[in-house]
Amino acid sequence: MSSTHAPTGTPLVEMRDIHVSFGGLRAVDGVTIDLFPGEVVAVVGGNGAGKSTLVHTLAGAHPADSGQILVNGRPVTIANPRDARTHGVEVIYQRLALADNIDAAANVFLGRELRTRSGALDDSAMASATRDVMKRLNPRFQNLSTAVRSLSGGQRQSVAIARAVHFDAKILIMDEPTAALGPAETVQVRELIAQLKSEGIGIFLISHDIHDVFDLADRISVMMQGRLVGTVEKNKVTKDEVLAMIIMGQKPASAS
Amino acid sequence: MSDTRQTTAADSNTAARRNLRGLVASSEIDTRLAGMVAALVVIWVGFHFLSDGAFLTSRNLWNLSVQSASIAIMATGMVLIIVSRNIDLSVGSLLGFLGYVMAVAQARWIPERLGLGFDQPYTWAIALAIGIVLGAAIGAVQGAVVAYGGVPAFIVTLGGFLVWRGLIFRMGEQGKTVSPLDTNFQLLGGGPNGSLGEGRSWILAIFGCIGAVASVWLARRRRQRHELGMRPLPFDIGFAVIACAVIILSVWLIAIGYESPINGLPTGVANPVVILILVTVVVTYLARRRRFGRYVYAIGGNPEAAELGGINTRRTIMMTFVLMGVLCAVAGAVQTARLNAAVTNLGIQNELDVISAAVIGGTSFAGGIGTISGAVLGAVVMQSLRSGMVLLRIDSPSQDIVVGIVLVTAVSIDSALRLNRRRTAMISLVVGLVLAAFIIQTGRQ
Repeated sequence: MSSTHAPTGTPLVEMRDIHVSFGGLRAVDGVTIDLFPGEVVAVVGGNGAGKSTLVHTLAGAHPADSGQILVNGRPVTIANPRDARTHGVEVIYQRLALADNIDAAANVFLGRELRTRSGALDDSAMASATRDVMKRLNPRFQNLSTAVRSLSGGQRQSVAIARAVHFDAKILIMDEPTAALGPAETVQVRELIAQLKSEGIGIFLISHDIHDVFDLADRISVMMQGRLVGTVEKNKVTKDEVLAMIIMGQKPASAS
Repeated sequence: MSDTRQTTAADSNTAARRNLRGLVASSEIDTRLAGMVAALVVIWVGFHFLSDGAFLTSRNLWNLSVQSASIAIMATGMVLIIVSRNIDLSVGSLLGFLGYVMAVAQARWIPERLGLGFDQPYTWAIALAIGIVLGAAIGAVQGAVVAYGGVPAFIVTLGGFLVWRGLIFRMGEQGKTVSPLDTNFQLLGGGPNGSLGEGRSWILAIFGCIGAVASVWLARRRRQRHELGMRPLPFDIGFAVIACAVIILSVWLIAIGYESPINGLPTGVANPVVILILVTVVVTYLARRRRFGRYVYAIGGNPEAAELGGINTRRTIMMTFVLMGVLCAVAGAVQTARLNAAVTNLGIQNELDVISAAVIGGTSFAGGIGTISGAVLGAVVMQSLRSGMVLLRIDSPSQDIVVGIVLVTAVSIDSALRLNRRRTAMISLVVGLVLAAFIIQTGRQ
């Protein structure tokens, strides 16, 4: 299907023939996509096209009914978020999956806390590590020890990204990363994506925003009603052609 | 001209306020806790004057500390349950059941069935261990049905509320009062001999002081090592000094100052209070310094985020109920030991007192918010109200009305302050005070 892609070698991730149903609804219906190191693949489609559902099976948010996931060419089982993490998959969720009542450091390390020899939480070490990651992501960030409830949208997004970056993600899933952000913060996130890309991280980008997609992605996978319309290289298509794929499910002549 | 003067006056006023707020923020004082302490002081002083000086006496405060202990012990666990967006309505019945089982174990099973005789040195420990293990097991069952079965905690523990109380009557004693209890076990309840006495109370006070200073110093050193911002040194020193002063003064004036009615010697800190202190330290450590506690708060803040963060949310929820079961056993031991008997109605309505203590102490039903120390203070506030009203000879139904008013007032002030609605908070305070004062004044006999 994806007849053309520039990268060669073993893909970082291959998702083959994935099916996910919720009750009678076939949210994802036999979709195959892949992702290479240092590549951004945008997964686009209208509301309910199944793009989030597809990618979230890779994150372990819910299991696939059938299909195969390969990481570095090896089949893996991803049943929950912990499985996903052991394979280097990190997710930045659309609704900023942060616990509002605890501080930035506690959120960055949530589920993977640093501990002292006695097994107690090492809050100072976590705060210090968070400060170091933040220096890279958002130098103005200082509120390490206040509940994230009181942070701005951009600061909260920094916390979510810091969580992924600190743990050396190899595969990053970004679900509408700029949806909650202002223009300046959006630019910041874009710069960050470029940087992560240059470090060889593969990124699945779920987005509604066709401009984001054309600025950031190398390849674009279009979904409609749970099925894959097609995967195209960004440089070989126009925005109108991608929009036609999203809205009408038509593959452009140039790509087929 | 006058206009400008007014604005500068107003400006300097707001600037002063901002400075004050900055000072409070940099001291990292828990303002909610400070507010509760202030409220407690007001209640104590108020009752002291209304009762013509009968409230702030060693004897009354010592009794208050013993009476608060059992509810406060359970409230520490209830905080974690409510923080993770659950509830436990079964604690009163569970306390009654576990207290009864422990009583039967020490008064019937061990001496009679096993034929080991009464008052063996190990009897109290075995009875207590049976209660704690059984409490943990029952907590695990209730917690598993909530966490893995997906049944709302309200329903599960409402069932438990009926089941555990009912089971008391199926223990082979047909609901008879089980008494007397093992003499060593009785010491857990703080009876005539169930206190530390003078010397050991001072040792406890000194350890408390060392603990307070060490925790401040260790926290400071940890932050220094990681080059994190620190609280201004005077605040840390001030905090340590105040903590030490409070510990030493309360041990001296209340526990040592209260002379035993039996032998006239200084009574010292009562055992239930020692148990409460231990429980508070342990549960606070679990809540703030262990992953378990971090996960409980994360689940309360955002269950989805906790799940996606890879936290085993179900196991965590189940463990909060296990802890609650253990604390019910401890509180049950304290109450039965104090009565020197197990009765079928032990712990009736305790669930409401425990939940009220947690909530008055700032625990939010929205989840994610609440402190252990707040809940202990909440229990003391409630018991202070009750004991103060007893001194004023206010009948028990009127006491209930006042406690009910205070509960709702405290929570409405708390939620108004969270939303930064100071006027609403003031109105709640005034309305609550007026209503409570009216009931107290008209309820005096």
